Amino acid sequence: MKELVCIVCPNGCRLRVYEEEGCRVEGNACPRGEEYGKNELLHPVRVLTGTVRLHGGAIARCPVKTVGPIPREKLLEAAQALCAVDVQAPVHTGDVVLADVCGTGVDVAATRTVL
Amino acid sequence: MREYELIVIGGGPAGLAAALSAWEGGLRDILILERDGALGGILNQCVHNGFGLHRFKEELTGTEYAGRFIDMLSGTGVAVKTDSMVLSVSPEKQVEYVNPTDGCQVVCAKAVVLAMGCRERTRGAVSVPGARCSGIFTAGAAQRFINIEGQMVGRRVVILGSGDIGLIMARRMTLEGAEVLACVELMPYSSGLNRNIVQCLEDFGIPLYLSHTVTDIIGKDRLEKVVVSAVDERRQPIPGTERTFLCDTLLLSVGLLPENELTRAMGAEIDPRTNGAVVWENMETSVPGVFACGNVLQVHDLVDFVSGESGRAGAAAADYVRRGPAPAGRTVKLENGDAVAYTVPQRIRMEAAGDGVQAFFRVNRVFGRSAVTVKSGEKQIARFKRDHMAPGEMEHIFLPGKLLALAEGDTLTVSAEEVEA
Amino acid sequence: MWDVIIVGCGVVGAACAYQLSRYKLRAAVLEAGSDVAAGATKANSAILHAGYDPEPGTLMARLNVAGVSMAEEICRKLDVPYRKNGSMVLAFSGKDRDCLRELMSRGERNGVPGLRLLTGAEARALEPEVSGEAVEALLAPSAAIVNPWEYALAMAETAVRNGVELYRNCRVTAITREQGGFAVTAGDKVFHGKYIINAAGVYAGAVHRLVGEPGFTIRPAKGEYYLLDKCEGTRVSRVIFQCPGAAGKGVLVSPTVHGNLIVGPTSEPSGPEDVSSTARGLQTVRELAARSVPGIRFRENIRNFTGVRAGSDRGDFILEEAPGVPGFFNAAGICSPGLSAAPAIAEYLLEQMAGRGLALEKKEAFIDTRRRVRFHELDREGRNELIAKDARYGRVVCRCETVTEGEIVACLRQPIPPASINGVKRRVGAGMGRCQGGFCGPRVQELLARELGVRPEEIPLEDAGSYILTGETKERWF
Repeated sequence: MKELVCIVCPNGCRLRVYEEEGCRVEGNACPRGEEYGKNELLHPVRVLTGTVRLHGGAIARCPVKTVGPIPREKLLEAAQALCAVDVQAPVHTGDVVLADVCGTGVDVAATRTVL
Repeated sequence: MREYELIVIGGGPAGLAAALSAWEGGLRDILILERDGALGGILNQCVHNGFGLHRFKEELTGTEYAGRFIDMLSGTGVAVKTDSMVLSVSPEKQVEYVNPTDGCQVVCAKAVVLAMGCRERTRGAVSVPGARCSGIFTAGAAQRFINIEGQMVGRRVVILGSGDIGLIMARRMTLEGAEVLACVELMPYSSGLNRNIVQCLEDFGIPLYLSHTVTDIIGKDRLEKVVVSAVDERRQPIPGTERTFLCDTLLLSVGLLPENELTRAMGAEIDPRTNGAVVWENMETSVPGVFACGNVLQVHDLVDFVSGESGRAGAAAADYVRRGPAPAGRTVKLENGDAVAYTVPQRIRMEAAGDGVQAFFRVNRVFGRSAVTVKSGEKQIARFKRDHMAPGEMEHIFLPGKLLALAEGDTLTVSAEEVEA
Repeated sequence: MWDVIIVGCGVVGAACAYQLSRYKLRAAVLEAGSDVAAGATKANSAILHAGYDPEPGTLMARLNVAGVSMAEEICRKLDVPYRKNGSMVLAFSGKDRDCLRELMSRGERNGVPGLRLLTGAEARALEPEVSGEAVEALLAPSAAIVNPWEYALAMAETAVRNGVELYRNCRVTAITREQGGFAVTAGDKVFHGKYIINAAGVYAGAVHRLVGEPGFTIRPAKGEYYLLDKCEGTRVSRVIFQCPGAAGKGVLVSPTVHGNLIVGPTSEPSGPEDVSSTARGLQTVRELAARSVPGIRFRENIRNFTGVRAGSDRGDFILEEAPGVPGFFNAAGICSPGLSAAPAIAEYLLEQMAGRGLALEKKEAFIDTRRRVRFHELDREGRNELIAKDARYGRVVCRCETVTEGEIVACLRQPIPPASINGVKRRVGAGMGRCQGGFCGPRVQELLARELGVRPEEIPLEDAGSYILTGETKERWF
């Protein structure tokens, strides 16, 4: 059995995940916690947030995120990939600035509108 | 002098939510005064996610969360002045502000919402000894440099304090290519959210030293190293436990303080426990028609709760303008009992409480299975079960009107206690 | 060929430059650091002492009293924050009472005006926060508080306006005697001058050694301080001292001209640049200060700082031509009351130099005024006039001290512009307040880079090497 803190929401439920029982999850307050508990043992994933260079806007960096979770072990590689991205203002929340980051199949999109 | 129905001071999450709900409450002449160049407040530098799960039922970044509110606001007729610093607010609700286009102006309003937010405690506030070199930043200042200005603050980092901003910055610095050597926490527990300890420290193998503190800072021009020591139960460094980290950067995440200089100068009563205004059940301060909400009232952990609280303040301000002052009548004080550090609101007007009152508080130590009780004298009028409580996590309870009606005397006491498993 | 070369631009070097700039002569000031007033001058009690402490007959005694009376006028003319708020020395015991009488008698012999003994009750009637343990107090109405670095900066700026040349980042590394004077090597420059004033503070001994063995030893001693939030700034209205001991004037509690409360200092032998604070030193300050004013709330601390006094083994100011080195004048061993005495020190030195042949002929046109805009001190009309002329005065950069972009830009146009974040702080107060630059630091950095036409990472906190930023994000990885 592994004890985990659920990171899906700020409640931070204390999960007990029983590997020997097909990753049965206890302690979760919602179905998303169950999914998190299973995933965390089998193939942990995270949403990456960060910034990319922005030209022609009032600020120097545009905040971005992966539109879905990516494998945890890809976080640093994906963060590094953001260094190569250049965006021109105007940019809108949701605009994809980098497709399929590091072969994860997940896009990176702007999280702020900068005109 | 131009008179508005409502002036909201601050265009961060609190001010935005207050203005929106006042608009929904029927006010049509609202002004937001924002000191920065854009609406959104500190959320603009919060590029990380974890926002909005309560409010929008989805996980947003800070910038997205602010964007949602700014979009909603742009569909209203709420007036906004940015780059506008408020210099004073009088009890008569005259507001003096300055900006480059209007100059120094005085405007007034029938109601005012104070939503100025908070600031970070500094090195001075915790009196960290050592050299006065460069390379020492509050976590929020570093966050602004990195996320908005695109400027890196250092390469080898130690973080003092395990509040959420410190934890978030541990991950941010790592993802920008810096090496975070340690996160050092004076208390035996972190004041940050558990999820942040997992995904900001553990994911990257950053050690968390609980019951430790920085006892020396060394560096002639730029920071060269910090000395970290274990502390005893009285939080005093234990000689012989020193360890040295070679680093060029020290980030401080040692707490937040509500920014109540305007509030104090106006003469509103301040609660020394929260460093925010004393408020009634509707977020109204001791100055009639002046409301306070968000981090200027009490430091929150979650912006969703800031929005909720500020929405109530905005609605109450609209009520005040449209229907006049809340009914006076009988009042009770909400006080902290065992293990409770403070409560907000501090006072309740029974007649105005209506269906009930949302009350917020923090415990002053870590609890496992436990209960929150509300007592009137010796009589318990409400009891709420909890599986876990910690000082880093704000608690809230709803006190229905019919339970409040059971209160005798003029005081209700909120306490926390362990419960046998 | 310079007539006079001043080594060091702390308050003494600045005062010498200011006094010299009244005369028809060529003077240069060589400052090792990147800014003036950045040594002991920026980190002290910010007090102009009445002058009852020094032993009568010493230079300290004579020049302290003369200096504070000159300071009042200089501060008025040069627009330096100054307030004559008076001081009080507290007695807690019979021995202390004897000490007060000794101080009073010294003060009277030194020419300190208005000294008066108060009972404990009288003292508390004037200063209600003074401890009930205080049995008697010595009141000195002529003591004052001042902004020490602006005081030095104002004198240095005025000197530059009147033709004195200031060289910063210019550490003196060699001095050789030559026909008619000296050749002074500093950095990659050589300055030829007839006279030298050694006002190098903690390095006065080292500078002297370049021309020969000094007959004195500088004994640096550091003092640690608390600077508390403005909400504590009215805890007392005067400077509250305790009876002096072997280690100096002891821990004082005083308002500052900025409205904060200053508490300190300790006194410990130290290295010349050891401005670190220590847990033990700060604890000492808290404990000793609580004896005078028990109600101080140290949790309202916004900053600790440490200054190094440049005292010497002589126990008095050393203001003389170096024996055997004609033309080389020391202004050394300047510890407290150096700030108080500075303009009188300069005057005294000039008299000596005149006695050794320096020609002092007054200029017809000497500019002896200085004004600077302090937005927060203006009324609404004044503010609007300013904003109408320059909209940048309408943008508040430092929230805590209400400092505008206009003021920051204006200080860059002054005779001695800042080159660092702390330089801006000392000139306009941005970052001095309760958030300690947490909010305005990044903005000041950006502004300074923009105005100076450099990259943000080129703006240091203080001297070269104290960089704040390491370059843009996304540029370097691991």
